[in-house]
Amino acid sequence: MTDASAPRAISPFRRFWSRFFEDRIAVAALIVVIVFAALAFLAPWIAPQDPYDLAGLSLRDARRPPGYVGSGGYVHWLGTDAQGRDLLSAILYGLRVSIQIGIAAGAVALTIGTTVGIVAAYARGFTESVLMRVVDLQLSFPPILLALVLVAVLGQGKMQLVVALVTAQYAYFARTAYGAASAERAKDYVEAAAATPLSGARIVFRHLLPNAMPALIVVATVQIAYAIALEATLSFLGLGLPVTEPSLGMLISNGVKYMMSGRTWISVYPGIALIILIVAINLVGDHVRDILNPRLEK
Amino acid sequence: MTGFLIQRLLQAIVIMAVMSVIVFAGVYAIGNPLEVLLPPEAPQDIRDAVIKRFGLDRPLWEQYGLYIYNLFQGDLGRSYIYNEPVLQLIFGRLPATIELVLTSVIGALVIGVPLGIWAGYRPNAFSSRAIMAVSILGFSVPTFWIGLILILTFAVNLGWLPSGGRGDTVEVLGVAWSVFTLDGWSHLILPATNLALFKLAIMIRLARAGTREVMLSDTVKFARAAGISEGTIIRRHVLKLISIPIATVFGLELGSTLAFAVVTETIFAWPGVGKLIIDSIQNLDRPVMMAYLILTAGLFVTINLVVDLVYALLDPRLRRRAAP
Repeated sequence: MTDASAPRAISPFRRFWSRFFEDRIAVAALIVVIVFAALAFLAPWIAPQDPYDLAGLSLRDARRPPGYVGSGGYVHWLGTDAQGRDLLSAILYGLRVSIQIGIAAGAVALTIGTTVGIVAAYARGFTESVLMRVVDLQLSFPPILLALVLVAVLGQGKMQLVVALVTAQYAYFARTAYGAASAERAKDYVEAAAATPLSGARIVFRHLLPNAMPALIVVATVQIAYAIALEATLSFLGLGLPVTEPSLGMLISNGVKYMMSGRTWISVYPGIALIILIVAINLVGDHVRDILNPRLEK
Repeated sequence: MTGFLIQRLLQAIVIMAVMSVIVFAGVYAIGNPLEVLLPPEAPQDIRDAVIKRFGLDRPLWEQYGLYIYNLFQGDLGRSYIYNEPVLQLIFGRLPATIELVLTSVIGALVIGVPLGIWAGYRPNAFSSRAIMAVSILGFSVPTFWIGLILILTFAVNLGWLPSGGRGDTVEVLGVAWSVFTLDGWSHLILPATNLALFKLAIMIRLARAGTREVMLSDTVKFARAAGISEGTIIRRHVLKLISIPIATVFGLELGSTLAFAVVTETIFAWPGVGKLIIDSIQNLDRPVMMAYLILTAGLFVTINLVVDLVYALLDPRLRRRAAP
């Protein structure tokens, strides 16, 4: 019954997707992200070996090149690491850890940052200047240093790492939410709504938050990629996760010792997985930004 | 203007005071310094003596007060590991970090701006697209990974350049520098490239965006109509207009490059301040961590203050609004 010629209201989601599929690189990047996420989710079922089960490892298999058939009787397609772990399995599990951390940190930072930004924009006055002064101060401080210090203070572990990443990143969400919400807050219709006895929550959820959403989505994609990169960097420096649950950064770090002697695969394959993941997320984010930017609207 | 200046200065002092409390409490919470200071089999009386000497038996606020008091005397304590005054330790390592940071930031500027202008001048050319692709990679690929690849390619596989250390240094004004020796340069070039790539990406993007905007402006249209050559237009108009945002970002990035040097120095075993702080975190060397964090916070607060003041000088509106 849908008639293409009749001018019907197309839902914003539909319009978004149809524009998204115009760019082949972005679609490819999105597919890569989905595949990586699926691989990470399914790791326990598809990985040839459980890399956390130290009893199942044999040092006889350690540092074997890609294609080596180990004592387990199967082929190590990407070789093995210094503990005799199958590198493909380790990468799949590492991907799992990296993506978990990235999403957890991104989601919490999004929630906290948006709350701070919108409260500042809604409240105005003293609250606004104090909150945004703190946010601006934090933005001027490099997130990597902040995360470094926090990880040092809090100790190693998943929770601690997420807390450090959130603290380092929430300010970006707060700035973005504040920018969009305060512009909307100043508009006449919001002023009018605020003058009526409507609750503040209604203004926040009906007017301020929806208008800040597009910008926040863009920042969220970029920040998830950044959280994954930052986690990898911290783990690489030996300050991220405990050794028992290696993320991609930790796997790379473990292989560096052997790189000089030509056993490059231990670091290089986890690194390639990391780069593909980060670049793909960034490409998706870049394209989403272009679509949601009203100035580039066709 | 004086009111604004005082207001910002007071703000900076309050921020520094708050930072010092947070940092002190945070560093205080890390580990047990006795494990670092003493061998595990040390007898109790020596333990007590060490606890007394470092004032570890006193309450936190008293230790903090003493720390701040000593700080104003120019004494930031002694490193637990190196048993050297912390200040001497940090300033001994500072030249290595400074030469690394300056080389990479200046390199990024000198290479990035022309590339960015070209990409903005011919936005659809293949070379411009290639430049932009490189800049996306520079943005998204983590610094440590690029560092590893550089080592793998140029040090391990090709064997052209050393993979770590500072190489030969020359004493100039009482400080050892690598930039003045050929061997020093061969050691400097990989870490500097590594550190520069992210900044290079920023410079390219800034220069490109600025150039695209200026090229569409009436100024350029009229200059072209008047028969002025393209080279002159770029030199006289484009470069002049895009240099303001680039100078601002350059100043701000100088600070964050110091922070990123932490990663690069660790990978290339560059004996600078960044390597020192990572080592001190891993060794629980409290005084060094404390001093590094206080000095870095001070550096960033100063940079922010200077940026605020420069903006106020350039934009009279800010001046009037901020000092009611």
